[in-house]
Amino acid sequence: MLHAKELACTRDQHELFSGLNFSIQQGQIIQIAGVNGAGKTSLLRLLAGLSLPASGEVLWQGESIQRFPQRYHQQLLYLGHLAGIKSELSALENLQFFKGLDSIETPEPDYFEILARVGLAGLEDEPCAHLSAGQQRRVALARLWVNQRLLWILDEPFTAIDKQGVAYLEKILLQHCERGGMVILTTHQSLQMPAQHYRVIELSASRGLM
Amino acid sequence: MRAVLNVIKRELLIAMRRKSDILNPLWFLLIVITLFPLALGPEPELLARVAPGVLWVAALLSSLLSLERLFRDDYLDGSLEQLLLSGHPLAALSLAKIVAHWLLTALPLLLLSPLFAVLLGLSMPIFKATFLTLLIGTPVLSLIGGVGVALTVGLRRGGVLLSLLVLPLFIPVLIFATSAIEAASFGLPYAGHLAIMGAIAMLTLCFAPFATASALRVSMS
Amino acid sequence: MWKWLHPYAKPEASFRLAGAFVPWFTALAVLCLSVGTVWGLLFAPSDYQQGDSFRIIYVHVPAAILSMGAYLTMAIAGFIALVWQIKQSEIFVAAVAPIGAGFTFIALLTGAAWGKPMWGTWWVWDARLTSELILLFLYLGVIALYNAFDDKALAGRSASILSLVGVINLPIIHYSVEWWNTLHQGASITKFAKPSIDSAMLWPLLLNIVGFGAFLGALSLVRFRTELLKREQRRPWVRQLLLGTGEA
Repeated sequence: MLHAKELACTRDQHELFSGLNFSIQQGQIIQIAGVNGAGKTSLLRLLAGLSLPASGEVLWQGESIQRFPQRYHQQLLYLGHLAGIKSELSALENLQFFKGLDSIETPEPDYFEILARVGLAGLEDEPCAHLSAGQQRRVALARLWVNQRLLWILDEPFTAIDKQGVAYLEKILLQHCERGGMVILTTHQSLQMPAQHYRVIELSASRGLM
Repeated sequence: MRAVLNVIKRELLIAMRRKSDILNPLWFLLIVITLFPLALGPEPELLARVAPGVLWVAALLSSLLSLERLFRDDYLDGSLEQLLLSGHPLAALSLAKIVAHWLLTALPLLLLSPLFAVLLGLSMPIFKATFLTLLIGTPVLSLIGGVGVALTVGLRRGGVLLSLLVLPLFIPVLIFATSAIEAASFGLPYAGHLAIMGAIAMLTLCFAPFATASALRVSMS
Repeated sequence: MWKWLHPYAKPEASFRLAGAFVPWFTALAVLCLSVGTVWGLLFAPSDYQQGDSFRIIYVHVPAAILSMGAYLTMAIAGFIALVWQIKQSEIFVAAVAPIGAGFTFIALLTGAAWGKPMWGTWWVWDARLTSELILLFLYLGVIALYNAFDDKALAGRSASILSLVGVINLPIIHYSVEWWNTLHQGASITKFAKPSIDSAMLWPLLLNIVGFGAFLGALSLVRFRTELLKREQRRPWVRQLLLGTGEA
């Protein structure tokens, strides 16, 4: 489905990586690993279409994502370090906004149930400025249910999440894959995933891989 | 369209929770307008002569003050990324942000303009001309300002640079607006001036959202 | 259709191509400027009204024309950079901007110097001078924006967008200023009303315009090559070139 072809990325004239090739099919989880500064976040931003590669291209269903960005983005959920949660708005209002951005109109989900699932029951109407970092992260993660997308690109989704939360999130990722979804994520944790779904791609300085 | 309305709605909601963002530029405008009679002397004839220029220059400066918040907060908290990845044309969403910005900054200014007119001693026909030029001219300021903010939003200290980029582009609007008001003060017709301003507004409306969108894309990568 | 251009899209090829043009432009500039200036300053007849002070047009007019021309060139380069995503074109935008600003500054300076004997004052809010001043602001905006970015790839794309926005606005600004000027005519003195210029005065002027154009071309290509080297400093071809193994 998603195919990275000969990707290269430079930052301030330093080459982070080059000649990177891989693809992800339905039902797969790819973890991008590497030391700090190896270019994990840069790679995810390239894959999401937020920035342009120095060379190479990213294909979605055989077509460059630069040519048909909208078709691609309608299938994509990207959560970066900053997830676009407005601190003036409540968790509920934030989720409603992101639901309203969906291109295809689907029935409103049960926000209260979703927020309860991520452990925010009772805090639905609290402005997000009053929530802790971990709780804000959970608001962002609630979008996994609010916006039904095929491909999830998650940059450090486990930051600021407690132990039970991590275990639960892992289960959710697996469920998504079993239903035919795809996940590309970065994390410093080693995940407990069945091998048929799970792959690690190691980014190391100035070297292509796999 | 639903997404566009959604964005506007969210902007208004956020602004309602942070009212100082709307009030401070107006406050600034009021102070600037107070400074002029203090600096130039309170003679009514003199004030009436410089009033259109004062009002417009003050409006330009106050619009600059509020411009930064058009995209800055969204850039810092990651909302802008999410708008870019929403699967909607970014130009339409930027236009929505700009419309919301106009509603939050220029509309209050229009509503308060009778107060400024009283302070500067404008007569009724001159006030009417001033009001009309502000009505047609302020969308241009917001639209051009949007391009400027989009270009500088990724920079650590974009504030001063923003005004350097944007102010020269405001000149045509300033010229036509003030001369329309001047024509009104001589009792001359000024529909032609307004028509030219309208044409500039239309032209800006056609180009600015696309320039804003591509500038945002650059700023985010 | 554009296939034949593709070999030049490689940085080292465009570096060589630019290098090949520099001597030609330089030669043309030196030739035209020396002939035109000597002819204009020494041999052209003096103006019956303005005496010898009119001779400043041999610097003022070419600088003013080329300041606009440079902006247009920059905007076209910016357009190419954005539409076809050609990196060299962005670099060219950055290379031309300071030169265009320099020409604008020369035009303003000589305009002011001309104004002193003509109007008896250094500065008059004349339509052409005012639009030239605003043009300088637009140039400075592009330069300031380019320099504000650490990442020069982003800087080039931003500067390209701004130069395009500027070029759309330029005619509007120009006409609004002209119109504003006729409105406030009472305050200013009319500059001579475009007199039909004698051909003995015209030829050196044309030569100088061509000379300034060639000068602009040579300077911007030299700057383009420098910027390109700076941008590509970590690439093998630059290393080869600087270690003396390359032939360009």
